[in-house]
Amino acid sequence: MSNAQIERQWTSRLRRSVVEKLPPDKLLPDTQPAYVASWIYVFGVTTMAALGMVIATGCILALDGPQWWHSSSLGHFVNSMHLWSVEIFFFAMIVHLWGKFSMAAWRGGRSLTWVTGAVTFLASILAGFTGYVSQTNFDSQWIATQAKDGINSTGGGAFFNVLNLGQMLMWHIVLLPIAAIVLTGLHVIMVRIKGVVPPFEENVEVSA
Amino acid sequence: MAQGWGLGALINLDHYGHYLQWHVIQISVANLIVIVLMVVTFVAALLAPFPGRRNRKGTK
Repeated sequence: MSNAQIERQWTSRLRRSVVEKLPPDKLLPDTQPAYVASWIYVFGVTTMAALGMVIATGCILALDGPQWWHSSSLGHFVNSMHLWSVEIFFFAMIVHLWGKFSMAAWRGGRSLTWVTGAVTFLASILAGFTGYVSQTNFDSQWIATQAKDGINSTGGGAFFNVLNLGQMLMWHIVLLPIAAIVLTGLHVIMVRIKGVVPPFEENVEVSA
Repeated sequence: MAQGWGLGALINLDHYGHYLQWHVIQISVANLIVIVLMVVTFVAALLAPFPGRRNRKGTK
């Protein structure tokens, strides 16, 4: 195979495109701009750390199942860790959202960064709702019976039945975690490609 | 059965939630506290000095 043929391969073209858009020093930079030295910039990574804890505790809950997390002290502990990491996840994500909204973080061609973040937020809310109805206790039964009226009023009940525990649990532990992880990955890649949005004054153009 | 201890013993959560109502708006005190904490955290994050910020001036 000639060099020209190798260069035309989809693997070669994909590799060149990825390296061009996201060279290693941009993917894992050694330094950040000076304006990033502010507490408002820590909430994105706080959200990701909490997401990691949510997934880790969720995996432990999946190992032994509802009977375990309802009846044993260790199960209660891991269940509580799952709940509180979710609380921190949403808390940090909301502060991150307010911070980025106040910076108009979609500036400078960062619209996809903003959109992937917004869709991640929506997927996370859905993951939270399906988590409520997957607890397998009276709380989840109450929430599901209330939620069904809301869902049915939209016509979505035919496809998304909140009273169907199996369906809700599968959404909660398979589909929505995959969506949240993939979207978070895309969001971080977009941040790395476009960089962290600068403060407003850094964007001012000085006319001659 | 082992019941909550430590922080759970300091704050008794074994009761119905408290709610605030203003016309059509109703919110639990717990949710209101979380929202207030988020606002306080947001403002503090904007105003609180970041460690080592002075040394970083000019850093790319």
